[in-house]
Amino acid sequence: MKTFRIGGVHPAENKLSADQPIKVAELPRVAVFPLSQHIGAPAKPIVKKGDKVKVGQMIAEAGGFVSANIFSSVSGTVLKLDTCIDASGYDKPAIHITVEGDEWMPEIDRSKDIVRLEARPDLTGRDIVEKIKGAGIVGLGGATFPCHVKLCPPPGSKPECVIINAVECEPYLTADHRLMLEHADEIIVGTLLLMKAAGVSQGYIAIESNKPDAIQLMQLKAMTVYGIEVVPLKVRYPQGGEKQLIDAVIGRQVPAPPALPVSVGAIIQNVGTAFAVYEAVMKNKPLFERVVTVTGKSLGNCQNFLVRLGTPMSQLIDACGGLPEDTGKVIGGGPMMGKALPTTEVPVCKGSSGVLIMRDEESHRKPASTCIRCAKCVSACPMGLEPYLLSACAETQNWEKMEKEMVTSCIECGCCQFTCPANRPLLDLVRLGKSTVMGIIKSRNTK
Amino acid sequence: MNKLTVSLSPHVHSGDSVSKNMYGVIIALVPAMLCSFWFFGIGAITVTALSVASCVFFEWFIGKYMLRNPQPTVTDGSAILTGILLAFNLPSNIPLWMVVAGSLFAIGVVKMTFGGLGCNLFNPALAGRAFMLISFPVQMTTWPTSGQPFLTLDAATGATPLSVMKAAVKAGDPSLLNDMPSLPDMLLGMTGGCLGEVCAVALIIGLIYMLAKRIITWHIPVSIIVTVLVFSGALHLANGMYADPMSQLLSGGLLLGAIFMATDYVTSPMTKKGQIIYGVCIGVLTIVIRTWGAYPEGMSFAILIMNAFTPLINNYCKPKRFGEEVKK
Ligand code: SF4
Ligand code: SF4
Repeated sequence: MKTFRIGGVHPAENKLSADQPIKVAELPRVAVFPLSQHIGAPAKPIVKKGDKVKVGQMIAEAGGFVSANIFSSVSGTVLKLDTCIDASGYDKPAIHITVEGDEWMPEIDRSKDIVRLEARPDLTGRDIVEKIKGAGIVGLGGATFPCHVKLCPPPGSKPECVIINAVECEPYLTADHRLMLEHADEIIVGTLLLMKAAGVSQGYIAIESNKPDAIQLMQLKAMTVYGIEVVPLKVRYPQGGEKQLIDAVIGRQVPAPPALPVSVGAIIQNVGTAFAVYEAVMKNKPLFERVVTVTGKSLGNCQNFLVRLGTPMSQLIDACGGLPEDTGKVIGGGPMMGKALPTTEVPVCKGSSGVLIMRDEESHRKPASTCIRCAKCVSACPMGLEPYLLSACAETQNWEKMEKEMVTSCIECGCCQFTCPANRPLLDLVRLGKSTVMGIIKSRNTK
Repeated sequence: MNKLTVSLSPHVHSGDSVSKNMYGVIIALVPAMLCSFWFFGIGAITVTALSVASCVFFEWFIGKYMLRNPQPTVTDGSAILTGILLAFNLPSNIPLWMVVAGSLFAIGVVKMTFGGLGCNLFNPALAGRAFMLISFPVQMTTWPTSGQPFLTLDAATGATPLSVMKAAVKAGDPSLLNDMPSLPDMLLGMTGGCLGEVCAVALIIGLIYMLAKRIITWHIPVSIIVTVLVFSGALHLANGMYADPMSQLLSGGLLLGAIFMATDYVTSPMTKKGQIIYGVCIGVLTIVIRTWGAYPEGMSFAILIMNAFTPLINNYCKPKRFGEEVKK
């Protein structure tokens, strides 16, 4: 079975919620929409206090090309334009809306019928990109890069294939897995739309082999259309990283930054994104809800929810039996790359793939000791870097050497720190070095 | 509700630890240790016990009273490991005070003055052995033949395979090699030598265990063994006075060194490429010293020399970076 070539680790999978069908979460009382829930410029609010809004109505528009529109997921009244603590842990500008009823914009098609691509022969690639852009779709795997930007590659690069990222290599998370089992047809149409938008005739759906039911179902559905191949992959973290996934699926390696994946002909989109694209193009439904896994070993019952964006995470946790007494950490996302949240009142955003509850005893790092030079971090690094060396350079603030040792290639996957027997805070130090070096490079280039 | 912990990712850990690795190596050494007890009896047991005890004592004492380490390092198992490895490199009839002196040198000078585990340049056990070889050349090179469990100081001593080999090269006379023990005897350990070196089978069991537990990778031991076989095979073909490759491989500390000494985390290179270069150089140096050098055994010096080159190798051998091969 295929996989990527360098490094990687295999953390305990703990897919506790894999058998739980997607449940529709209850509406919140107040929905909160941070203006910056994507990579790029924050969106600009177009509503003001006291305005009435409906479900699917735009409330903030993209603040630039690399940015995304934001839509209300609820109907009600704009309570205030204020701030809220988001997944980053900081207070960020946000729109608060008091929920009243559930009135949708009339143009949204709420039927469950599948609209196939043949039903819309008039659609051009351009139309699809415009529709995606208009619907505020970003990468739903967690990276939250605006989807339309990837579909408009810089001049000179030629996309050859679209790869749908359905590996879900983070432990615990099962949102993508459930989405495939319950919405396979929509995902196939969404993939075809993305292929058409990118102007390519080859699409791949990459799934790790720990989801055999999803592989089987997607293969069955893919046989009914042209150009989509389902690629089962060996379970290995960080296979969902863009560069690792391209290497695993088509055997090409994207050169060091600033090269983009499209330089080797690949466009990667998350499987949730493909579903959102289907809904936006075929059902006129902008992005305002997503599937979120709520999980953890101590949680009463782990679930997958279809959640309106802006719902506080505490409400989802309550729906799973409430926050256990011995909770030490709440993570937005998976355990390898997710962010520890300072409070459970953080709203679900476009990039929220999961909420992970960890017991207090699982929440603390063991004390670090000196590096024993075992080279395990070097073998684990999927980018071929030497984390022990980079972290030592960061400690002595030797930024020049860090740049030479290619710290900017680091994808912050955490394999090095995961594997280190001396419990060294490798990624903390590498991250510090990476951001410092990026700053140095930036100021050098603007000179 | 208690306060939520906020820390950066990753939020999970493999559960691997320094002491797990150290005790893993110690477990891998158990078969060879039992063999040494069987072959050399009381002498082996006393030397091993004393060596371990003094290494642990020096580690604890220096750490506590001289370095004043806030985190004690005695419990991580590395001092026990050094003690066992040092003992494995000694003859079983060595005067006991020399064992203590060797341990003090290994832990006190080679390891702790550089800052303790992880910072030392040379393998402590091997450096300890080299120190003893230079200071006490006679006692370090008279070995009792194996299979005399209850004799200690006055044990019958005998020629080792290595000294036979050396004599053959010096005299230029291949017929001297007829005094070599048979290969099956060497494989099982029925020859003279240091405690831990003699039983090849036990050492190989240790290697398989460490590979299976992913404590080490194959790169260093395999590259040393292959180099030794190829290089000494070529010499043997060129002139019969040079010992055949299998005898080279099974005699002296070669397997012990290739499996347990050269693979020491701290003093070996970090990248696969570097590890192979390191292994090949050790193999070549060992045969060169064995054949033409002043000492019959070249393994420990070869490893110590390459320990000194490890920082250089680390500097020049970088891992294959992602995306390196596809430059279009
Ligand atoms: S250095 Fe960066 S890319 Fe390499 S393992 Fe660590 S976090 Fe991942
Ligand atoms: S994994 Fe940890 S102990 Fe091993 S070389 Fe890397 S930093 Fe050092």
